[in-house]
Amino acid sequence: MKNSRIKNYWKTNLKYLGILLSVWFLVSFGFGILFVDFMNQFQIGGFKLGFWFAQQGSIYVFVILIFVYVFLMNRLDDETLE
Amino acid sequence: MEQQIWIWAIVGITFSLYIGIAIWSRASSTKEFYVAGGGVSPIANGMATAADWMSAASFISMAGIISFSGYDGSVYLMGWTGGYVLLALLLAPYLRKFGKFTVPDFIGDRYYSNTARAVAVFCALIVSFTYIAGQMRGVGLVFSRYLSVDINTGVFIGMGIVLFYAILGGMKGITYTQVAQYCVLIFAFLVPAIFISMMMTGIAIPQIGMGSEGTEGIHLLEKLDGLHKELGFHLYTTGSKSKLDVFLITAALMLGTAGLPHVIVRFFTVKKVRDARKSAGWALLFIAILYTTAPAIAVFARTNLIQTVSNQPYETLPEWFSNWETTGLLVFEDKNEDGLVQYVGDPLNNELEIDKDIIVMANPEIANLPNWVIGLMAAGALAAALSTAAGLLLVISSSVSHDLLKKIIKPDISEKGELVAARIASFFAVVLAGYFGINPPDFVAATVALAFGLAAASFFPAIVMGIFSKRMNKEGVISGMVVGITLMLFYMMKFKLGLFGGGTANDWWFGVSPEGFGTLAMCANIIVAIIVSSKTTAPPLDVQLMIDDIRKP
Repeated sequence: MKNSRIKNYWKTNLKYLGILLSVWFLVSFGFGILFVDFMNQFQIGGFKLGFWFAQQGSIYVFVILIFVYVFLMNRLDDETLE
Repeated sequence: MEQQIWIWAIVGITFSLYIGIAIWSRASSTKEFYVAGGGVSPIANGMATAADWMSAASFISMAGIISFSGYDGSVYLMGWTGGYVLLALLLAPYLRKFGKFTVPDFIGDRYYSNTARAVAVFCALIVSFTYIAGQMRGVGLVFSRYLSVDINTGVFIGMGIVLFYAILGGMKGITYTQVAQYCVLIFAFLVPAIFISMMMTGIAIPQIGMGSEGTEGIHLLEKLDGLHKELGFHLYTTGSKSKLDVFLITAALMLGTAGLPHVIVRFFTVKKVRDARKSAGWALLFIAILYTTAPAIAVFARTNLIQTVSNQPYETLPEWFSNWETTGLLVFEDKNEDGLVQYVGDPLNNELEIDKDIIVMANPEIANLPNWVIGLMAAGALAAALSTAAGLLLVISSSVSHDLLKKIIKPDISEKGELVAARIASFFAVVLAGYFGINPPDFVAATVALAFGLAAASFFPAIVMGIFSKRMNKEGVISGMVVGITLMLFYMMKFKLGLFGGGTANDWWFGVSPEGFGTLAMCANIIVAIIVSSKTTAPPLDVQLMIDDIRKP
């Protein structure tokens, strides 16, 4: 494998990590904790939105984040190894 | 009587299933014993990880804790799930690529130092022992509450079962029993939740029912907030803890989750790096099923409970109330002697004390579910406790037989010898865990939180820096780990156990509770590690090449 390819692989990986972890931080620490009072002004169904993110929404997003990472990295692995 | 027969039958069937699986999956090599031969499919590994992770506390206590603390309980929900994102993105794939057996293996090799390895073994043992004692106690409690046997007899039965399949099958036996245990525990958790959701909102999915209208056409959460306000509790959907503390506790639980050795080691059991990533996703999905149902149960149970007991005449309360009164988990004291139950926020006038464990355990009775559901609950709680105990047991035995004996004390030991040592170590670990289960030290509750703080303050930064920084060297990481652990131990001992002069919540540094302090201890670890490593020499070339290698696809 060429060195430039491996460098590129690692750089792209770090970029994915940065984006996904920002979302991770935003939905839990952001919507669920820091901005919870602001978010609670809004409602979905019977939930205040901030409360929903803290007890439900953040967990759903976590699951989705991991599977998005699985998809992105599988694609990147294939591209790098071909 | 019929209820007892159901409970014995269901517990008996599940136990025979676990033993059957253990006999079928005996381990014959160290690779099978430590990492199940490295050939577990991602979905099976995901289920096993979920069962490994969800302990007696997740199954029995968590919904209750949330039920009594409302929004503040979110720290556990986010903290114990968000850590899997860190695991999947920052740890699992690289550790699988590295491809050895244990966490101290990685620390010892990456930091080219047996001192670092020994520090890691020490942390792994402390974390695992504090945890496993609680699990054995949990097994004993479930037996005594559901099957009316003595707590100690319950602990002995639990020890026997775990010993049997852990010694026989090692990681291989544990993994496949955990898959079965996951199925048992999730089924047991969901059945009453679905019934109660139907009963209270007419919607079968608890996660949706929680945010729906009750039978009176008012949203359950709105109603609950109203009831709380009326009775003088803080609002259910907003918190009473400081924002900083909620933030730091959530972070400490996430970082601790990602640093717990019995969780990390599960990712050594899959075939490829790809599978490690994928199985972290499956694990979180399987965990999320329970973790998103728990807050729904919390809301249903809380509303139901307040409506059933608040300002009602004591004489007319339903039968389950007196059933649980005899266990001491419900205590009613008629302070103003008016014959009504005053359940209010003000401790002076409150007449009802409720143990948090009731929320899940009494659920089937409160909802009038058939007797077999109660049997299922008992089997589910046992599955949760046994699966976690077994996972921890393996970390303890591999730390002793592999990390200490093979890697540090006697490197020329044969594979057969190592396997015998691993089995002997498991045996002593079970006996010790059983001892703590029968004679629980007062600090068990405090030390479970300590386990997370310790893992966050030691393993997590050491592993992440080992992967993402090529410059980090052994001097840096050892001083970082030592500073992190020492700070954390000091803070917990001072404020949880009253040593070093003790102190109250008013004396907390920056107002941070001991539960949240792990996050600060981790920051201290990282800062010290970076400063020390920048003043000392870079790691040798072969280590740098090794880092390059684990970063490759």
